[in-house]
Amino acid sequence: MRSILAVVNVLGALLALFSVYYLLPIGIAALYGESDSLRVFGISAGGTLALGALLFLTTLRFRTELKPRDGYLLVSLGWLAVTAAAALPMMYGAPWLSFTDAFFESMSGLSTTGSTVITGLDSLPHAVNMWRCALHWLGGMGIIVLAVAILPLLGVGGMQMYRAEAPGPVKDAKLTPRITETAKMLWLVYAGLTLVCFLALLLVGMSPFEAVCHAFTVMSLGGFSTHDTSVAWFSSVAVEVVMSLFMLVAAVNFSTHFVALRRRDFAAYKRDPEARWVLIWIGVSVLLLTAELVHAGLYPTFTEALRHATFTTVAMATTTGLVTEDFSLWPIFASMWLLFLSCVVPSTGSTGGGIKLFRALIMIKQFVREMFVLVHPSAVAPLKIAGQVVPNRVVFSVLAFIFVYFMTVLILTFALLSTNMDFISAMTAAVSSVNNAGPGLGQVGPGTNYSVLNDRQTWICTLAMFLGRIELFTFLILFSRTFWRK
Amino acid sequence: MKVLILGAGQVGRTAAYHLAREPDNEVTVIDSNESVLRDLQSRIDVRTVAGNASYPAILEAAGIADTDIIIALTSSDEVNMVACEIANALYRTPTKIARIRAPEYSSQEKLFKEGALAVDVWISPEQLVTEYIERLIHNPGALQIVDFAEGRVRLVGMLARRGGLLVGQQLRTLKDHMPNADARIAAIYRNSRFIEPDGETVVQEGDEIFFVAARDHIQRMMNEITRAEDKVRKVIIAGGGNIGFRLARLLEKQYHVKLIERDMDRARRVSERLEGTIVLHGDAQDEELLIEENIDSTDVFAAVTNSEEANVLSAMLAKRLGARKVLALINRPTYGELMENRSIDIAVSPQTVTIGSLLAHVRKGDVVRVHSLRRGSAEALEAVVHGPEDRSRVVGRSIGDLDLPAGAVIVALVRNERVIIAHHDTKIEPEDHVIMFLSDRRQIDAVTRLFAPD
Repeated sequence: MRSILAVVNVLGALLALFSVYYLLPIGIAALYGESDSLRVFGISAGGTLALGALLFLTTLRFRTELKPRDGYLLVSLGWLAVTAAAALPMMYGAPWLSFTDAFFESMSGLSTTGSTVITGLDSLPHAVNMWRCALHWLGGMGIIVLAVAILPLLGVGGMQMYRAEAPGPVKDAKLTPRITETAKMLWLVYAGLTLVCFLALLLVGMSPFEAVCHAFTVMSLGGFSTHDTSVAWFSSVAVEVVMSLFMLVAAVNFSTHFVALRRRDFAAYKRDPEARWVLIWIGVSVLLLTAELVHAGLYPTFTEALRHATFTTVAMATTTGLVTEDFSLWPIFASMWLLFLSCVVPSTGSTGGGIKLFRALIMIKQFVREMFVLVHPSAVAPLKIAGQVVPNRVVFSVLAFIFVYFMTVLILTFALLSTNMDFISAMTAAVSSVNNAGPGLGQVGPGTNYSVLNDRQTWICTLAMFLGRIELFTFLILFSRTFWRK
Repeated sequence: MKVLILGAGQVGRTAAYHLAREPDNEVTVIDSNESVLRDLQSRIDVRTVAGNASYPAILEAAGIADTDIIIALTSSDEVNMVACEIANALYRTPTKIARIRAPEYSSQEKLFKEGALAVDVWISPEQLVTEYIERLIHNPGALQIVDFAEGRVRLVGMLARRGGLLVGQQLRTLKDHMPNADARIAAIYRNSRFIEPDGETVVQEGDEIFFVAARDHIQRMMNEITRAEDKVRKVIIAGGGNIGFRLARLLEKQYHVKLIERDMDRARRVSERLEGTIVLHGDAQDEELLIEENIDSTDVFAAVTNSEEANVLSAMLAKRLGARKVLALINRPTYGELMENRSIDIAVSPQTVTIGSLLAHVRKGDVVRVHSLRRGSAEALEAVVHGPEDRSRVVGRSIGDLDLPAGAVIVALVRNERVIIAHHDTKIEPEDHVIMFLSDRRQIDAVTRLFAPD
């Protein structure tokens, strides 16, 4: 019990810290003279701060150094609490969502999924649109990573929490001796790249407000847009090219960016075993889809097909989910392939979702190794990626992860089927939500949005996004008996 | 010359043995194991001191104050380096040689430059043996290949077999076969007896032939002596120790390499650091394993474990099971003689390979390279000729006029990095590198004296 109260204490600090983030939409509301939004965001910020302070102060005497397993509890509870707090302004303000929808929208933002239940985005107050995209940006690098960077109170336990939140199988790689420094550096690189993306978007003709929102969306590989028609609204090749480039940048491990930028060592990209595979997967898929689209005769010219295939492939493979075209109308091979890409393409330590390329590589190598050992029964064959040995422990945990990942997708699909959803919609909604990609096919395709779902379906998708973002185990471990046994 | 050897391990003992049998050398050996020293002293004429080889007091007791060369050959790189540092700082010992096994040190060139570590020359026996075996695998058919003048010239020992163009012919016909090739037969051994070759000598099947040639002409020259062999593609290495691992790493880019290691941990560590080699956990003497890994289509089987008995046995087994060529690392010279050309094809003696690089530093005159041949009975060496003409017995003279002892043959010169195959009328100039074959090692003194200027 005491350790739970210690977790609640940090949770209070986390909420109080999060309340500062409301200053961003409050500023936007003031700038555009949106007095209603100003009031709602002000009250939400005050409420979050008050709750955070209350939790923090009442449990102050239970404060202790957190143990590794407290990290899992904190990350799960922290995400849920912050998501709930972030939902407040959307319930009591402009889109007037129900709690279910507001929580979904908020989770979709923080988990960088980008599925929305709001129709009429173009007429929303600026503050709300900014808030949605800002949630993407915060969730992209991770709430806890930010907390570790800013809050000294996490101390040594910070590493545990960092590991519980960081995506990918290899979580021990510290870039600097201190975890706080590492977290700071990652955020610094993230913020810096976002700034560059913002400037680039300005350059291709976006308004400053749109450029900020879309820079947030693109760098976090989220998917929210300020328009119902998403990127198609701009109908500009330049915008699509800039966005595609920065989505590719964000799909690379940020540690690699850090090494490359900080030490001016651009060979780091070459050494990164994932970066090249991200490009190979996407490059091959673009060709494949272009051929498919040309073959199907959906677009009048080859360049048109190439343009839409490129943007859609990059957006879906990186789990961003921004769209220019309703790909659910494309041949089934093309649209399913896009969803498959969202499972495997993003790198470890990037802002994307899915099982991550590193795990996919390990699976492929493990498969090759199995065959090799069949031919040479006495062979000692360590699994290597880019010359580095992957310990068997990691291989096993990857196998377990992938099993749990597919079981999760399966169970969520069944859960959605039980609500009388059609199979294609149910399956693609589950896959897309777990991968934090966004659009699925059928009812939840890019042409519509998630507002068609009933409450039960909405909660299932919310759970899927949450599980996908914190990579299953961090949350599932809370339901294991060993976790709670003293 | 006063020589101090630190460490009486395999290399240390061999060095002591080779150095002590040259009458001008006074050899002292330091080791921490007294019984090893007692044994050593009963076999060869050296002084021994027991103790930690890097302690100044021990070095002092071993007479380091007036020592000319310190050769640090203990099993620890660190002790070897520290001993050289101490010898330099406290006693100003002129020449300091250290054995450095770890590539982590030896790959740092700056460490061994002037003003860094006080190590004048570093040697790595494992590295030398590895490179030696690599040369043999690159040139199937050769029994022994050694380098001179940074590898520009090579001396190759091999057996004459039916199918060689020169077999059954007089040596003078070589010119007709290879009109523009730089090569020369340096020595022929028939039934283990030396024959000084001249134009009329007829090469017979079974002769052991030594020839020199510029590196690029080696393969053509080998075809003169034996039928051209197929290129090596598949190699199996038995033993994943220092030599086995290095050999695999050297070969894996060009050949299909499998490595067998008995110790699971070692096998795992080796497999983590190798890229293309298939590492197998098992015993190289396990018939099933060898058959399973297609020993019958293997071109070279190299047994390089720590145990020479295991090497001999596994090599014999591999030969029996159909490996085309088998090679074993054998320490004891007599074992090698017993085995070579019978049950196994090539016996590699680590001592013979290593000792040359030490001998070069203890010879009089400017001897830059020495290679021990035929298990130490013969020698090949590279010496630099220094002028001026009036003070030298060789400069300005043609090779035919030199007063060389019997059994010594000058086979090639390297002048300004150019290889010149020696003839009777070739004149020797200052700063030439002379490459010589000595069928009798005991003539070494006479030869070095001839080359040293007055």
